[in-house]
Formats: sequence, structure tokens, C-alpha cells
Amino acid sequence: MSIAHEFDYVKARTIKEALQLLAQPGAVPLAGGTDLVAWLRDGAVSPACLVDIKALRELRGLRVQKGQLWIGANTTFAEIIESPLVQKHAPLLMEAAGMVASVGIRNRATIGGNICSAVPCCDSGPPLLVYDASVHVATARGVRKIPMKKWFLGPRHTALAKGGLVAGFSLPIGKHAGAFAKLKRYRGEDLAQASVAVRVAAGGEWRVAYGSVAPRPLRGPKVERLLKGVKSPDDALLTKAAALAESEIAPITDIRSSAIYRRLMVGVMVKRAIQMAAARLGGQGAAYGVHVLEEAGS
Amino acid sequence: MKPITFQLNGSARSVWVEPNETLLDVLRGKLGIKTPKEGCGRGDCGACTVLLDGKAVRSCLILAVEVEGQSVTTLEGVGQKGPTALQKAFIENNVFQCGFCAPGVILAASALLAENPKPSEAEVREALAGNLCRCTGYEPIVKTVLAVAKKTARQSTSRRVRS
Repeated sequence: MSIAHEFDYVKARTIKEALQLLAQPGAVPLAGGTDLVAWLRDGAVSPACLVDIKALRELRGLRVQKGQLWIGANTTFAEIIESPLVQKHAPLLMEAAGMVASVGIRNRATIGGNICSAVPCCDSGPPLLVYDASVHVATARGVRKIPMKKWFLGPRHTALAKGGLVAGFSLPIGKHAGAFAKLKRYRGEDLAQASVAVRVAAGGEWRVAYGSVAPRPLRGPKVERLLKGVKSPDDALLTKAAALAESEIAPITDIRSSAIYRRLMVGVMVKRAIQMAAARLGGQGAAYGVHVLEEAGS
Repeated sequence: MKPITFQLNGSARSVWVEPNETLLDVLRGKLGIKTPKEGCGRGDCGACTVLLDGKAVRSCLILAVEVEGQSVTTLEGVGQKGPTALQKAFIENNVFQCGFCAPGVILAASALLAENPKPSEAEVREALAGNLCRCTGYEPIVKTVLAVAKKTARQSTSRRVRS
């Protein structure tokens, strides 16, 4: 037996049923399970009941509505990569989804689960932050929208209150370009040692976010202010951006990397992601889905 | 205990399971399906790969109760009518050494070729990046998958020309 802890399992048929079940003490939602089952095996969590939310239609779907891209919480990373809507309206998210673990995980892991696990290295955090996405949380009293900026509170800690259920995400739509850089110990599957997401819109509106270099994924306001109004950043500006990026993160040393390596590499990654985003905005640069670090460095 | 019913390698199977039993536990311990292996037990190594409704997944990170009504394919189901072209090529090229990763690699590669019959080398490497092999250094595996894809594409083209 791989899991020592015993628990109940219920497959919710409606969102109402799911919310009632999740209001019970010790009830935890189960989506793809790629984090949750690993944590159960480790004995890191001990829920009384798993509420399987995979059958909930409200949590599925990818569509454009009211000028926003809606991504249901149960959308898997494989579905995000394959979606023409995501490619068109949120290519940065597609680029990041392609770097999540491996195909076998991406076929199962959901974007809602990734955001709720809220580990500092989660790959969907930085892209959703720079897209100014909102998290739609279903509760017994209706839907509550939480801006991504206020979502992550710390490692494995989010603004989701007990009994709430993440239904999906809305992303404002608009012409833009972006780049996602993920630093790993080797090619192939790995958790991020550090990650950087950059988004730029016409007129030089820049947004930057970091993963794996602080207790939570976070935006980079200093770099954003520096780049405001800039269309094609020159070397001097990129050097400044790198220094500012290094000053607005708080990396630690762990099994994957030392703090100083993370800090210095974030400087390099910010430069290359900015360059790639600027090139893409101008209709140049590599197609989305490349590994920005390898591409820009070659 | 809960009863679950699902398609296993093309036949309906029913089995009683505890909620905390993984699909891998139940396949190996209760249903006699021994090709999925437990390597890392945390989704990194791919030795436990099975196809769930045709897609490669990690059976060590799925609870058995979750697959109610779904279709599970293991290596036992792939070779039911004798070895596939891919399996034959793997044998001919002596691709594996210890073989622990082989069931997962074959399933992941089969899922790739079913979805994308003419993959690039980068696509093959990406599809197999989550299947760790400690013997071969991956080169013979990747080369063989590419060779089988090329051969299959050539055969289907020549069939189209003849008909």
C-alpha cells in the first residue's frame, strides 16, 4: 500500500454538491492529483475526505467571453498547450505550460490545481501574474473574483478560504507579446530553479513576474517602472533591468540551487526574456514554445 | 471498500478498492498486471506509465477509484495481437538493457505516434522526457522511435499511391 493515511472519496456531480462537501472539516478537492497524491504518499497531508471535482462542467472549458479569455480550473496543461485560443490570446501561458514537468504529468495536472498547490516554483504563477488574471472562486454565497496579485500568500498558502472552490480564470485580452524563461538543472522535466515571465503591449507597457525566487510567485514592479514606455530596450537599460530584478527577489538555497545562483541567473533571464518579448512584439523572435534561455543564448 | 468498474486492456473489469489505493497498487496487487513498475513513486520516472483514455499518465499518482468508467491500457494490452511494429523494432535494435523503463517508454512512444505519426526528434525527446532510463543514454530509444515513424509514414504513403 503506497498511501498509509485513510480517507473517504466522493465524486461531486454538481458544483453545489462539491461546495457542500468541501464545507465539511478535512474535505479537500481532488483534480489531477499530481501534487495531492504525491503529498498523500509522503504523508504531508491527511484529509478526511477527497472531493473529486473532475466531473464538474462549470470547471471545464476554454472560451472568449466579454473580452476576456476564460480558462476553466480543470483545464489540463496538455489542453492549454493544444488550445488555439490560448495560443492566440495568452501565448505566454502556452509557452510556460509546455515546460511543466513531462507529458505524463501535463495530461493530468490542471491549471487550477497548480495555482492551489501554490508551491513557489509553480509554472503557471508568473504567466497568470503578468496577464493580470482573476481567479474565480465559487462559494456558497456566489462567485468571488480574486486578482492574481493577491492570490499567493506564501508557500502552499493562498487567498482561498475554507469551503471555496477555484472555478477558473479570466484573462484580459489585448495585443501583446511575451516570453517565459525557466531555469532547470537539465533538459527534460524538472522543477524551476528560477523562472521569469515578461509581457509587453504596444506603447511599452511592460509586466514582469518571477517564480521560485521568493516564498511565492511575485511581480517585479521595479523592472516594470524602469521599462515603462520603452519599445526596444538597449544594452544599458537591460543591464539596469537585470540589477533591479536581482534586488526585488528573495531567493533561498535549497536542493535545486543556491540563493546566489538563483539571484544572478534571474538577472540573465530577465534580460533575455525582455529581448525575446520585444522581438516578438515586433513580429520577430522565435516562435512561442522554445526554451528562451537556450534560444537567446545560442 | 468501493466497487469500481473500468475497461482494462479492452475488457470490463470490476474490483473492490480502498480510496487510498493507487491505480498502480490495484493493477499490480489485485489485477495481476505487472508491467507498470513503481520507480520513484512521485511522478518523475515514468516507469508506472499507463494509458488512460489513450493518454499517457502516471498510475502512481492516480487513485484507483478515479478511473471508474474509464479505459486503462497497459503494455499487456498493447501486445495482445503480438508485438507492434514499435516493439519489434525495439527488440531488433536491442534498445533496452535492464528493461525496467521499457513498459513506460513503449506506452509513451505509442501514445505519441498515435497522436503525431511523424514526430520530429525534438518531439520524440519531449514525449519521452518523463521516462527515465538509466541504462541506454536514450539514443537507441529515440533513434528507433524515429525510424519506426519514418517507416510507417513511407508504408502508408505507398499504400495510398497503390490504391
